[in-house]
Amino acid sequence: MAFTFAAFCYMLALLLTAALIFFAIWHIIAFDELKTDYKNPIDQCNTLNPTVEKVKKIKRVKIAIKLVLPEYLIHFFFCVMFFCAAEWLTLCLNLPLLAYHVWRYMSRPVMSCPGLYDPTTIMNADILAYCQKEGWCKLAFYLLSFFYYLYGYVFIFHLYFSALYFSFVSTE
Amino acid sequence: MCFTILPRLLPGPVQSYPSMYPITGYYGAPAQQQQSYPTIPSQAAPVSNKSPITNSAHSANYYQNNHPQQLQQHHLPQHHYNLQPFQQQQHPPYTTSASYYGPQSYHASPAQQSQQQQQQPSLVPMAVSGPGGPLYPIVSYPSAPGSSQYGTLSSSQSTTQMGAPLHQYGAEPPASSASGHSGYGMAPPSQVAPTVNGQGSTAQNAVHSHYSQTSQASLSYNSYGGVTQSSGGADADRPPSGTPSASVHSSPGHHQGKSESKSSLSVFSFIITEFHFFPSLFLSGGDTSSSSTGSASPVPNSYDSLEGGSYPGTCSSQTDSVCLFVVWKPSLPSLQPFPSLSELSAALGGLSGVPELEVEALRPINLLQERNLLPPRPLEAPEPNLSPDLKKVNCSPQTFRCTLTSIPQTQALLNKARLPLGLLLHPFRDLQQLPVITSNTIVRCRSCRTYINPFVTFLDQRRWKCNLCYRVNDVPDEFMYNPVTRSYGEPHKRPEVQNSTVEFIASSDYMLRPPQPAVYLFVLDVSHNAVEAGYLKYFCDSLLENLDKLPGDSRTRVGFLTFDSTIHFYNLQEGLSQPQMLVVSDIDDVFIPSHDSLMVNLKESNELVKDLLKSLPALFSQSRETHSALGPALQAAFKLMSPTGGRITVFQTQLPTLGAGKLQSREDPNQRSSSKGAHHLGPATDFYKKLALDCSGQQIGVDLFLLSSQYADLASLACISRYSAGSVFYYPSFHYIHNPAQLEKFQRDLERYLTRKIGFEAVMRIRCTKGLSIHTFHGNFFVRSTDLLSLANVNPDSAFAVQMSVEDSLADSSLACFQAALLYTSSKGKRRIRVHTLCLPVVSQLSDVYAGADVQAITCLLANMAIDRSLSSSLSDARDALVNAVVDLVSAYKSNVSNLQQSGLVLPAAMRLFPLYILALLKQKALRTGTSTRLDERVFAMCEFKTQPLQQLMRMVHPDLYRLDNISDQGALHLNDTVVPQPHLLHLSAERLSRDGAFLMDCGNVFYLWIGKCCNEMFIRDVLGCPNYASIPPNMSHIPELETPLSERVRAFLDWLQDNRAFSSTIHVVKDDASAKATLFQHLVEDRSEWASSYHEFLQHIQQQVSK
Repeated sequence: MAFTFAAFCYMLALLLTAALIFFAIWHIIAFDELKTDYKNPIDQCNTLNPTVEKVKKIKRVKIAIKLVLPEYLIHFFFCVMFFCAAEWLTLCLNLPLLAYHVWRYMSRPVMSCPGLYDPTTIMNADILAYCQKEGWCKLAFYLLSFFYYLYGYVFIFHLYFSALYFSFVSTE
Repeated sequence: MCFTILPRLLPGPVQSYPSMYPITGYYGAPAQQQQSYPTIPSQAAPVSNKSPITNSAHSANYYQNNHPQQLQQHHLPQHHYNLQPFQQQQHPPYTTSASYYGPQSYHASPAQQSQQQQQQPSLVPMAVSGPGGPLYPIVSYPSAPGSSQYGTLSSSQSTTQMGAPLHQYGAEPPASSASGHSGYGMAPPSQVAPTVNGQGSTAQNAVHSHYSQTSQASLSYNSYGGVTQSSGGADADRPPSGTPSASVHSSPGHHQGKSESKSSLSVFSFIITEFHFFPSLFLSGGDTSSSSTGSASPVPNSYDSLEGGSYPGTCSSQTDSVCLFVVWKPSLPSLQPFPSLSELSAALGGLSGVPELEVEALRPINLLQERNLLPPRPLEAPEPNLSPDLKKVNCSPQTFRCTLTSIPQTQALLNKARLPLGLLLHPFRDLQQLPVITSNTIVRCRSCRTYINPFVTFLDQRRWKCNLCYRVNDVPDEFMYNPVTRSYGEPHKRPEVQNSTVEFIASSDYMLRPPQPAVYLFVLDVSHNAVEAGYLKYFCDSLLENLDKLPGDSRTRVGFLTFDSTIHFYNLQEGLSQPQMLVVSDIDDVFIPSHDSLMVNLKESNELVKDLLKSLPALFSQSRETHSALGPALQAAFKLMSPTGGRITVFQTQLPTLGAGKLQSREDPNQRSSSKGAHHLGPATDFYKKLALDCSGQQIGVDLFLLSSQYADLASLACISRYSAGSVFYYPSFHYIHNPAQLEKFQRDLERYLTRKIGFEAVMRIRCTKGLSIHTFHGNFFVRSTDLLSLANVNPDSAFAVQMSVEDSLADSSLACFQAALLYTSSKGKRRIRVHTLCLPVVSQLSDVYAGADVQAITCLLANMAIDRSLSSSLSDARDALVNAVVDLVSAYKSNVSNLQQSGLVLPAAMRLFPLYILALLKQKALRTGTSTRLDERVFAMCEFKTQPLQQLMRMVHPDLYRLDNISDQGALHLNDTVVPQPHLLHLSAERLSRDGAFLMDCGNVFYLWIGKCCNEMFIRDVLGCPNYASIPPNMSHIPELETPLSERVRAFLDWLQDNRAFSSTIHVVKDDASAKATLFQHLVEDRSEWASSYHEFLQHIQQQVSK
């Protein structure tokens, strides 16, 4: 049973990581746009921060992509799943990012709504560069972990089926 | 008359158009004035080439039909100089604070100007012919310390030409230094040719070209990012101070290091030859250990020498050129300062090939031994090392200043120099003269949208090359006509190309909506606390008095809103017999009771507004309501203003306690003097920030007057102004009876505030040469994109700072330019664009970077960065970063430039005041620790750092101290009929005060006149009007107008100091024994205080850090 649950975890993580990769790409594009002047930072931060009433104003992005919190929650979610499945190595690999997310959210600027980005400071070159770098690093991390989960998924199934095979052989 | 010489004085492009000056008919037609081009030529600096043009104005038959307006005939060749009064009448807002531009210009009558201008042409042949009689009777101001130094840009001069013109121009009339180009030494005509368009700087670079560029000492600077890390990196690379060969091993690559060491040694010997009339330095040049004392002590304070302190003895031992110089001198006007040391070395510089400027600015100074660092007069901005033509048209340093007047070529070089690169901008300041251009087409670069400016190059008559992106653009037809000379085919003489600060009247292309009217809304706190403080009456009085002076036109609208726990609106609709008050008590969901009658036209409802202002103070005199619903009131104000935009002025006297945006007290009084640093410097809620952003989006600026005696959480409240481009005023412990000083300040500020010029719905864009990029902005605004600031309101008293970085190498250009364009709607409903352009040379040598460093600008930029740091990290981090800035600079200089193996703390002369200024910064309210500082006062000081213009900020950080009791006319400044004495600056140390003297401390917004116990009775009697020391009243705050010569001198000096600033300063007479002494002594930054070290201790600390 444990085998199947772990395999399920990996499969789920695989799918969610694909989603996270898209988030990361979106994040990179958004900040790149900001740097090259296409958007007003107020709009940008409203897209990145989930404020429902302001999202309506944004024409360019039809679907309100509430990026930051969902990303963090998704990541937190499959970390918990791996914890339940007792996949310690995978959990350890994910813990630094989890810790980073917690730290990032704790040290966010003072704001009344959930969100990370402050439109008044986002244009500061240091912060902008940091956010871009963050986006690239996360993209790399998610890509690597995508293949890792794929491998884990296959590996577990391999173990499972070989165990089945051996049990079959031994019974015979 | 002087035509043959003229072309040599003209700017570079002119030379490619020799055919444009038909000699025949040059004086033929009378000059004409074209009214549609109300253009003021920049008064004095370009005079030397403009006045001949005017004299010889082309006849208008070149181009008469192309312009629709009626031409007006005038028969005075000089006529267009009279445009200035004409201009002033047409645009009164721009002349309100007269003489802001420069102290000297305010009395210059047109007649006198034209007289000077007529003289000017005759000066040109004089300059060439050498000795001449006294030209200017009003010569006495020992003009800017730079004026003569910069004459020596090109080294290929013959020395006779060198000396003579230098002196000629050293004696410039005050009027000419008034126009913001003060002290721009004009070069002798023969210099112009090699130095067109910055060639001079490259020529001079070649001098140092043997200086190795290869050392890439990887000192990671990170823009003050990692404080400890960066200094650590520096330590690793630093050579152990020893013999020169030690530096060989310090550089990363050994083979490179060797060559570097060798070549920089030769630079050093070069410098030595420059100073060879200082025997001790000359002798000590060979050995390595003892040179520190030798070099420092015999070299006098450079400014002393400029001032006229001289070395008569050394003159005779000089080379021939100098002897000639001396012979020539007696023919100068009698008030001419004695040929100064720097001029002598300038002449020498002409001989030996090293520009004198560099030698002086780079002169190593051992701070531990040199005690008199201050110049006798307040420090002026260093002049960029440009060709004289460019210098002449460059932007005034009061408007536009760069921390490094020589831009490093690469980021690596910038990192190596360990100095921040940035701009300090005061874009909307009151100018006395501003060329205003009405033109159908505003000529801009087609790719980067740069406005045409004096630093573009004309490839031929029809094409110009952008100086920012290097694109070649066409010159439109309209631009071919020059409205100043009324001639065709001279695009390079248009006012846009002759002035680096111009204003365009913009067409409808520059509008998103029709220009808004001036709209003012006053939001007044009328809670019990406010009534106790009693500000309301004074506000109403002041507004009543200035109601007609509010900037605006017939469309101006005003409104009033008062609040305590409820919000009161005032219906002032025309036709009512008296104002109606409408009370909204639902503060959770604020609504506007009536939409069209709350903001009313000032002209139409003038009587009602006056009625309201007269009755308001009495209306709330019995108020018992203690709560304050500031947040809802601001929301209401926002709703009221959002259709039009405009200015909201908020008066608040306590912590907001009701509704949205309510705040709690966060200050722990026990922590006020904590040495660990302050907390709660950031906002407690983002309510005010969000509201400010909404306001900014609707073009509403919010100005905050906080008159609170208790903690009011300015850190949160100030956000409302910070992001809506407003300004913050704070009057701690304001009370109309108990605190008369604050009351007086409040009244003065209010008067200036109400009557000062204002621009609405403004945006400012800063463009810079390709390769440079903007890193961070400082000030009150909202950053809309990487180079665009959104300013709902723009006022003439706030400044901005910009951090820059070098993204790509600037190696292929010799000049770097910055352009700030401010697009705004004037209070008269005109859309205008004010454009400032600054041009600076690009250098590839570290020593050149140091030579061009502007210590005041660097200090101000660092102050801004420190404020950011203390908000994002902590106060102690910010303080460490400031100290490390000094440590880094000293070690960078030690390891890279100076090869004098000195034990002391050595800095180049240009940066010698840097540690002092940083120490002064650390002792400011904003950044100090240890001393008890209320949180609001600290936050307010931080706000001031962010928004005050440089001169004001420097006076606050490092006040000017003068001794007044022995004030004399020696070296005085003569302004038309007044004589303004110029006492010397003193160091800010108690040891400079003496009991028998009277001292004036100029702190920017306040003067302290300190009277010593044994002060000369005559001074007390003649200046203060009191018989003796004991009878001076304790709270004296004005200087009586007495008829004694001493009093006149003191008052002339005080008036002169006041002239340059927007908000008039109050003066406090402080007696030696009065308790007010403490307020004075906290400004003596060089002394040790309870918690902060003295200057000497600070230096020792720096030295320890460096040698660690």
